[in-house]
This record gives sequence, C-alpha cells and structure tokens, in this order.
Amino acid sequence: MATQSNNHIDVVPKVLLQQLIDVLSAKGYRTVGPVVRDGAVLWDTIRQIADLPIGWRDEQAPGRYRIEQTDSTRIFGVVHGPQSVKPLAFAPREPLLMIERSQGRISIQPTMPKSEKVAVLGVRACDLAGLAIQDHIFLKDAYRDPYYRTRRDGLFLIAVNCTRALATCFCASMDTGPRAGANFDLALTELDEEMLVEAGSEAGREVVRALTCAPASTTQTSEAERQIEACADSQTRQLDRSRLPQALYDAHEHPRWDDVAARCLACGNCTMVCPTCFCHSVEVAPDLTQTGSEQSRLWDSCFTQEHGYIHGKNIRPTIKDRYRMWLTHKLASWIDQFGTSGCVGCGRCITWCPVGIDLTEELPALLKSSTQIKEESIQS
Amino acid sequence: MTLFSQATVNATPNPYLIQPATIVEKIREAEDIDTYRLRFVDEQMRRRFRFAAGQFNMVYLFGVGEVAISIVSDPEEPETLDHTIRMVGRVTKAIAQLQPGDELGIRGPFGQGWPLDDAQDKDVLIVTGGLGCAPVVGAIEYIFRRRNQYGGVKILHGVKTPHDLLFRERFDVWRQHPDTQVLLTSDQPDKTWHYHVGVVTELFEQVVIDPSRTIVLMCGPEIMMRLGVPILMQRGIPPNAIYVSLERHMECGIGLCGHCQLGPYFLCKDGPVMRYDRVASWLGRTGV
Repeated sequence: MATQSNNHIDVVPKVLLQQLIDVLSAKGYRTVGPVVRDGAVLWDTIRQIADLPIGWRDEQAPGRYRIEQTDSTRIFGVVHGPQSVKPLAFAPREPLLMIERSQGRISIQPTMPKSEKVAVLGVRACDLAGLAIQDHIFLKDAYRDPYYRTRRDGLFLIAVNCTRALATCFCASMDTGPRAGANFDLALTELDEEMLVEAGSEAGREVVRALTCAPASTTQTSEAERQIEACADSQTRQLDRSRLPQALYDAHEHPRWDDVAARCLACGNCTMVCPTCFCHSVEVAPDLTQTGSEQSRLWDSCFTQEHGYIHGKNIRPTIKDRYRMWLTHKLASWIDQFGTSGCVGCGRCITWCPVGIDLTEELPALLKSSTQIKEESIQS
Repeated sequence: MTLFSQATVNATPNPYLIQPATIVEKIREAEDIDTYRLRFVDEQMRRRFRFAAGQFNMVYLFGVGEVAISIVSDPEEPETLDHTIRMVGRVTKAIAQLQPGDELGIRGPFGQGWPLDDAQDKDVLIVTGGLGCAPVVGAIEYIFRRRNQYGGVKILHGVKTPHDLLFRERFDVWRQHPDTQVLLTSDQPDKTWHYHVGVVTELFEQVVIDPSRTIVLMCGPEIMMRLGVPILMQRGIPPNAIYVSLERHMECGIGLCGHCQLGPYFLCKDGPVMRYDRVASWLGRTGV
C-alpha cells in the first residue's frame, strides 16, 4: 500500500465542497464525477455536489453489482462502477483519420480529438494506477499516441482515498491502494463532516489556494489514516505475485485452464471493465458514395473470434486459449512487456463477469502443482 | 520539460497517419501473387523514407483497410517500395483489382527485419517452406546484390506440391551465383518434379554446414521451425544464430493494438523476425 505522503493536507467542510467545482469551472474545467444511472454509477458531467451519488453504496461480489440508497451523508460511498478512468483517455471509439478519395487520388487528414480540460472527481487509487499503466503503454513506449496524449493532457485528476473496500477489492495486495499513490492533482479523504484535501501537483496546489480551507488537524489526519488502513485490512482477496511471471508461463498445460474455460462465456466483459486492457481494432467506415472513409479505433477484446485470426486460421480458436491468453498476459507477460503487473486489484473483472470467474481464485489454482492437486483430492 | 524535449515530442509523427502512394508497376509473380512497386505521392516522403531489409509497411486500400506487407525491394533504393502481395484475405483480394496509376496508402516502416548486417562475412543458410515466403525473398535479393560481402549461401526451399513453387525463375537465377546452393523439395510431387522428394528438413543432409560461421534465416510454417531447428542445433548451430520470421495478426504495426502477441513479445514491434532462442519456449505451445 502507498504510504502516507508528506504533502501538506488541508481540510474543507463538506458543505463548502461546491467551491471545488466552481473553482475548477472558473479555470475552464468541465467536471465529471460518478452519477447514478441504470442501476450503476457512470462518469458524467456534474455541476453541483448534489449530482454525486450522496448516500448511495455499492455492493459487489463475483457476478454481482448492486447499488442502494442509504441514509448516510457520504458523498463517495459508492466505490466504483464498471468504468475506470480509462475511457476518458483511451476512448472506446477514437476516430483516427478521415480519408477522402477523388479521381483515384486519396488525401488523409488526422481527426484529433478536441482538446478539453476535464476534471475527474472521484478517481480511485486502483484506477490511478491503471491510468499510469496506460500512460506507459501509449506515451512512453516506442510509439507515442497523439490521440491519447490530447485527451490525457486535459485531465485534472481528483482522487478519493478509499475508506471502504468491496468484497471484490484487492488493491492492498497489488500495492496500488487504497490510498492514491502518485499521479493525482488532488486527493480527497472523506470524513463524516469534512473532506481532507491533498495537492499532488502544481495545478492541484493552485486549486487548493482558491478554496476556503484550513490546515487539517492531527486528529483529522490520523482519523483519515485509520480509515484508510482499516479499508486495506478489511480486504479479503489477494493475489500472490511472488512467482510471476514464470510460474504462470510454466502452467501453460495446467488442467485448470479446461476447468475455467468450461465456465467462461468469452463475453469479454472482463476486458471492457479492466482499467489497463488496451487491445483495440481498427474500423474502416466508407460512406455510401465511396468518396470518404473514416478510420477509427475501437476497444477490442482478446476473447473475440477475430482477435487471433490470421488469414485462414485462428491462433486461439478455443475459449481455453483465450482465457489463458488474457490471464497470462494480464498477470505474467505484462511484467515482461511493461515492468508492472497488468492487474491493479480493482476487482471489476470479478464483479462484471456474468458467471463470477475470480482471478484471485484462478491464479492459485493454476499455480498448484499436479502433486498438490493429487494430495488435495485424496484428502477430500 | 525542457524546450528540447518539447520539440522532440512535437516532432514525433502520428504513427497512425497514412501516406498516399502510387502504384508505378504491378508485376505478376504467380496466379494469385503480384508485386506492387509503390512511390509516395509526397516528394518529402520519398526523400525521407528509410527502411531496413525485412521491415514491413501497413498497406492501406481506400475504404477497405490495412494489411501488413513486408518490403521486398532494396533498402538502398527507397525511392520506390516493392510489396509482394498474395490474394488471401479481404484487403489483399481487393488490392488485386488495382492497376498502375491507382493509389494505395502506406504507414511504416515497422518491425525488426533480418540480421543482414550481422550476417556479413558469414555463411547464410536460408530455410523456407510453403507459400508466403516473400519476406525472405527480399533478404535473398539483398544478399545477392552484395554477393561479395557474404560467405556461402544455401537456399533450401520446400513446397507441398510443385504447383506451390513460386518465384521459379528467381530460384534459377540465384542458382547461378558463385558459392551458392539452391535445393528444392516437394512432399507431394508430380511427374514434372525433378528435385528432392520429402520435407525441407531432409535437405539439411545435403548441405555442408560450418556451424561456427553460419547464420540461419527461416521463414515458413512454425511446424517447420520446430522440427528443423533441433536438427540444425544437432549440427552445432547455436540457437542464437537462427532467426525465424513469425506471423500473427498485425493490425496497428506499432505494438499498441495487442493482437500480435506471442508470449511477452509484440511481433509487429519486436519481430516479425525473432532470434530463435528468444521465442523457443513459445513456439509449439497451443493457443499462443
């Protein structure tokens, strides 16, 4: 878990939090935050604190997501919805090029996204970690992605440290939370009456200077500390990464893959809700007159038929192949590719899997040797 | 951020940007294979574009899509770029309808090619199988244009049926070069076939190999590599002197779309040519 930072911490009474949105607005930011819609929380534009899901709570379990209104006054009682912060930088559908054809000649124009200042209020630590991983992929590798860059540069990130863990959370074992690590402009910790505010960037400090706030008392900071610690301690799931990546590479022929493949529907939900999955396909959409054609990228999933398709054959024809591809990439080859795990412990893939497949159960099962499996079956 | 790095970032080209190129010549190679000689429409692109042997371009057809095709022409003549394309898929079949004067789009060059600099002064053993060996044809032509920079050249090529033997004339031309051996084999021959009968790995017995100075370039089905490499290693060739060209679904060419992964590698960026010892543990696994 990220340890407490040495940044100065201020305190704002919750009743004055509207100021934050107003200050951001004055600085040209559109603020997005979690809003209740269709039985979940999604990112949407918010104009006032009342737009946030005050008093709502989410319960998550394998294959299960429910939100309910309570009489709590907590603003950030919902931990997270199906969306991480990923879609705000790596758009689910990004037009790349507009190509025109006239008399056999083609001309090509990049279609860059509008550069927009967006303040994201309520980013969880796991999602900040996910965004840092995406930054690495799209901005720090051999090729830099200008579309991602444009969207990412406009983001002002307001993290909320978690004081309540879901049954599916395991950020503590992934060292990504529940406290926001780096990579934020502001980090909030919600107490009963007030909000602690910590600036993590110069832009963040500028915003804090415009707020009516006072330095937090030691009592307040230790209470915040205690709640964050308690959140970490309450997590029951964990992922032991000590033998990765090699142990998972070595488990390629493990019988457990057949077992999980029999349950997996290859729906791709896990990849859609994952804060780090980056696979995409390119869509070519010519207009009816065949004079213009738009080239866009769309989120893709390694669970689709087409993902491993190459003229005349499919490299990963079975669901077993595809689940193995996904999990091995996420937990093992990702480390070789980008120096970190591809999993941040947000637990979304567990929640949003229609059949409740849980990678924190699958990994230990896959790392069991055949001797261990035999011994256990004899004992039972 | 310093001014310098800002300038560098701004100068970074958009890796998704396609550049128009004209088909200046279309050369028929076989019934369903043509080589397209392309020239950038933009004069600056023509001057600026550089590539290494074995790299590929994403070739775009208006309204249809992009496909990864290796550049088979000589890197020292980047003014025009040859792409040998076999009609196998949606995009390539549509490209086949085009004629000289028509335009395609190009994005590239991408990927890691053959180690032709490291191979200098060494013997080069080229092992290919089946159709789809255009990537290595470019390397062979590269070597023969600089014949005196390389040692002995041995080309072993296996096909299923004689009908699958493409570039027939080129094999005959290559055969004429000094210190060069060209051996062909078919495992389902007909009466016209007067070369070896069997699979390509059987041809290893017919060549003299000095393992201390040989570099191997392999292109073909993965099964050929899996069966062939152990035999070459028994002959004393170390696995780090063997290079294989691998094929996966390549959609972006820049290691971002995720489709071309083989274990920890993105074959569009880390390959398509890989040193065998780096991928040995991944070849032969199902579903990777």
